Parts: sequence; structure tokens; C-alpha cells
Amino acid sequence: MANASTNALYAGRKRRNTIATTLAWAAAAFGLGWLILILGVLVYKGIDGLSLSVFTENTPPPGSAGGLLNAIMGSIVMTFLAVIIGTPIGILAGTYLAEYGRHDKLASIVRFINDILLSAPSVVVGLFIYEIAVAPMGHFSGYAGSLALAVIVIPVVVRTTEDMLRLVPDTLREAAASIGLPRAHMIIRIAYRAARAGIVTGILLAVARISGETAPLLFTALNNQFFSLDMNAPMPSLPVVIFQFALSPYEEWQKLAWTGALLITVTVLALSILARSLTARKS
Amino acid sequence: MDLPSGARGVDVSEVALKNTSMGMEQSTSRASVMKRLRTSDVTFRFLTRSAAIAVLVLLSGTIVSLVIGSAPAFKAFGFSFVTTEVWNPVTEQFGALAPIYGTLVTSFIAMLIAVPVGVMIAFFLTELCPKVLRRPIAIAIELLAGIPSIIYGIWGLFVFAPFLQQHVQPFLIDTFASVPILSSVFEGPPYGIGMLTAGFILAIMVLPFITAISRDVFDSVPPVLKEAAYGLGCSTWEVFKHVVLPYTRVGVIGGVMLGLGRALGETMAVTFVIGNAHKVSASILAPGTTISASIANEFTEAVGDLYTSSLIALGLILFVITLIVLSCARYMLMRLQKREG
Repeated sequence: MANASTNALYAGRKRRNTIATTLAWAAAAFGLGWLILILGVLVYKGIDGLSLSVFTENTPPPGSAGGLLNAIMGSIVMTFLAVIIGTPIGILAGTYLAEYGRHDKLASIVRFINDILLSAPSVVVGLFIYEIAVAPMGHFSGYAGSLALAVIVIPVVVRTTEDMLRLVPDTLREAAASIGLPRAHMIIRIAYRAARAGIVTGILLAVARISGETAPLLFTALNNQFFSLDMNAPMPSLPVVIFQFALSPYEEWQKLAWTGALLITVTVLALSILARSLTARKS
Repeated sequence: MDLPSGARGVDVSEVALKNTSMGMEQSTSRASVMKRLRTSDVTFRFLTRSAAIAVLVLLSGTIVSLVIGSAPAFKAFGFSFVTTEVWNPVTEQFGALAPIYGTLVTSFIAMLIAVPVGVMIAFFLTELCPKVLRRPIAIAIELLAGIPSIIYGIWGLFVFAPFLQQHVQPFLIDTFASVPILSSVFEGPPYGIGMLTAGFILAIMVLPFITAISRDVFDSVPPVLKEAAYGLGCSTWEVFKHVVLPYTRVGVIGGVMLGLGRALGETMAVTFVIGNAHKVSASILAPGTTISASIANEFTEAVGDLYTSSLIALGLILFVITLIVLSCARYMLMRLQKREG
């Protein structure tokens, strides 16, 4: 009798285990399935419109063929400026957290706030820059777009810089101090050099992050149908053009939107894989 | 600083200086070298500290500018701004109830799907997955996090919404038509776009965040604890349920809150598939709007100060909600880290 109920108990536990592990396999397949599905559709729909004219012609008026040259250039220019503005601030702040403020109050507050900024809604960043840059200037501009993107760059770089500097062994710092090197020189000559690959990774990740950002550009850089490198005027960008074209009723525009989406995704994935391989080689 | 120099032949600070390529010309005076080193040292420290403070200014600046920008709207509507459903640019009547409702409902749907799936994937990765596959699968799931949200949006609008409209939504409507409460949750014509679609896309987007953090905290469980449970004869699932999960509960909740923070503020993916209707409807198949989608859709076209200000007020509400959620998340994750030492 006791034997039978033990067996039943055992069978029940075994069954529950089988169900749970099957569900876990299914969950993993579910997660990977989306990735394959999204990338598959993207390649299928995007490759159709991919031709040289995408890179040599500007965005067309409704109902005619064209390319994405002005949008691509706008994205590159604004991303570049955003990185130029955001990276130094990010690296310096990350340095403070890892080198000077390991135990002080300011550093722990900054660390907390930075982690929050890391996942703060990007549409709010757009509103913020609109309030401080667009409204006072009276018009939308490429500068405002770059500023909004820079605000997103900073927390990413702060975080990776701090993490990477913390991986540098303290014995290196002590060795530098023992030959009389001042702290700033120790950081610049020794710590930065040891953490270089990691810091570059952080910058690449930040570029990957902002090259797909749409919401902060909508009401800072706005859009521009023509080729323009004037940073003081509204500037087109790939994500905003995709947004506009995808929601339009014109077939040519929708096709270009898919092509643009493919371009962005390939860029972003390539950047994040590159960033990963940089740090993987180190460890 | 008048130290006797030359006693040991070479002066350390000069060695240090020679090896630096700071572009300083060789100095003969020891005092001036020391002074220059000290100045650059102090300057660098000051620069890093200012940059750190700049991060704080960023956050407080955002809050202050949103508060100033939203003042006209709050002055005009008072507290009823958050309790009114009307959103009429023509008569300049604005209420935030519909976007707030839409934000909460879509995020709730997203978490309902993403939390169990995300935790199960982490369980799979830490306990079940063959070692060789572990890294590639983890990277693939994290790549999902890297895909820009506009891609999810365009995919959701052109591929996922039609699929839901033709295959899933009619089924849901028919199945629950005779069930009392659920019939109103799954009511109405299948539009394809709407709150369910938005919630589903959000679920896919926050899945990687929940998985990544859950996996990290599951990995932090001391092997001894698991081995002891296995030694008592526990099955894999029992070890996970009775040892790993209780040990890491705080961390998992932190990860879930982090995902929730993302879901609440996500803009572009939702904007594509939500339908932008300022309406509070019981049916999750109906079009709605969220705070971020309203801002993205309407801000550049907003005419008049009150309209703009109302949208900024929406932004402020969103920012405050996400700040609270994200602070809780970080606090919980920090507590877990402290316990680990």
C-alpha cells in the first residue's frame, strides 16, 4: 500500500519536472523564434528595394522612386556630433565613479541616477531638449537632434567606463603610485590604457543605441526632404524617415521604409557584435 | 617642496614625466615640475567630478524643464487633468486618463507574457541548456534587445497586426463571447492594431531584459545550495522552484521592474500599432493610446500653448511613473548585490 502511494508521488514529481523542463525549452524556442521571424521578414522585405540608388538619391516626393541619401547622411552627422559631445562627459564621469569616488556619497548617488537614465524613456529626452534648445532657438535643428542623442549616449558610456576601469587590477594602480606618478597621470597613462578595449566597446554600444533612436529626434531635428548638412536647420534622419514613410499610403515610400529598416538593423547588430568581440578577446 | 635631489642619481617624478608624452618641454626646475603635475592632477579630478555632477544635472534639468513646460496645462485643468478622458484639440479640452490607462494596460499585458517566459528562458539557460549552446542562445536573446524599437513597430504594423486580425482575434472574440467578464475584455471588431497587439510587441521587447537579469541572479546562487538539494533527491524543477527562486526573489523582481520601466516608456513600437484613439475601452482589442504614443504622434502638430503644454504634462507624468518604477528596480538589485558582498 505504502509502496503504491510512494510510486504515485514519485511519478507525479517526475511528471511535473518533465512539464516544467518542456516549458522551459518551449520558452527558449519562443524567444529565439521572434528573433528569426523579425530578421527573416526584415531581410525578405528590405532586400527587394536595396540598390545603389538608395545610397545615391535623396528621399523622393510621394509616388516616385528615390533613395535615402539625405536621411543616411543626416543620421551619420547627428550621431557623430552626439558621440563627440557625449563621450568625453561619459568617460570623465565614469572615471570619477571608478577612480575617485569608490566610496563617497556623490558617486553612489550619480551611479543610481545614471542607472535610471539608462532606461529612462527616450521620448522624454526629446521633450527636454525641445524645452531647452528648440523652443528658445525658435526652430528645429540638427544641433538639437545631436544634443538629444548625446543625452542618451552619456549614461551608456558612464556605465561601461566605470565597469571596465573596475576590472583594472589595483596592483597596477599601486605600482604607478609607487613610482611617484600623480593620480591623474596614473589614470590617463595606466588605467585608461588597460581598459581601452572596454571603453571603446562602450562607445560602440552607445552608437548602436542611438542609431536606431527615433522618438528623441521627432521634435528636435524634425525631418527634411532635401539634402542638408546645415546643422542649424531641420535635419532628416533614417529612423524618422522610416517612421514617416512606413505610415504613408504610398507603396514606394513603404518599400523605402523597409529598406531603411534593414539598413539600420544590420548596422546596429554589426556594431553590437563588434563591441562584444572586442571585449571577448580581452578576457 | 625643497627635497634634496640627485642623491640617488635619478628623480622619480622626472622619470614619470619623461615617460609621458604630454608635450611639456623638459624642465630643469624640480619645483616647477611638481607644480605642473599637481595642477594637472587637480584639474583632472575637477573635470571628472564636474562630469559626474553633469549626470545629476541632466536628470534634475529634465524634471525642472518638464515641470515648467507643463505648468500651463496643470494651471488650466488642475488635478482633473489626470481623471478626464476628453482630449479635444479643437475646444482645447485635455485630459490624460486615456493615455495613462493605455500605458498601464499595455504594460500589464506585456508583463503578463514576458515575466513567465523570460524567467523560464533564464531557467533553461542556467539549468537545462547544453553548455555549447549556452553562450550563443544568450547572445541571440540579447540581440533582441539591440533591435531598435522602430523595427518592432514596422514589423508589428505590417506583419504581426494583420496576422492577429485574421487568425487570433476572431478566435478570441468567438471563444469568450459567452463568458461573462471576458466577453467585454475581448469585444468588438478585430482591428488588428490595438492594445493587445501593442502589449504583445512590448512583451517581445522587454523579454531580453528580464531574461538577462534573471540569468545573472540565478547564476549567483551558490552551487553548494543546489548540490545539497540535488543530494536530497530533488528534481531539476524542484531545485529551481524551492532553492534558486526563493534565494534570488529580490533580484528577479528587480529585473521585472526594470522591464516594466522599459515597457511603460517605450514609444515607437507602440505608436505604430496602438491606433492612437483617446478612449478608455474595456476591450483590449480596441485601439487606444499610450502616453508616449500620444506625444510622438501629436507633439509636432500641436498648435497652441495649451496643447503643447498638455503633451509635456503627459511626459512629466510618464517620467515620474518610470522614475518610481526604475528606482524600485535599482534599489532591489542593489540590495541583492550587497547581500552577495
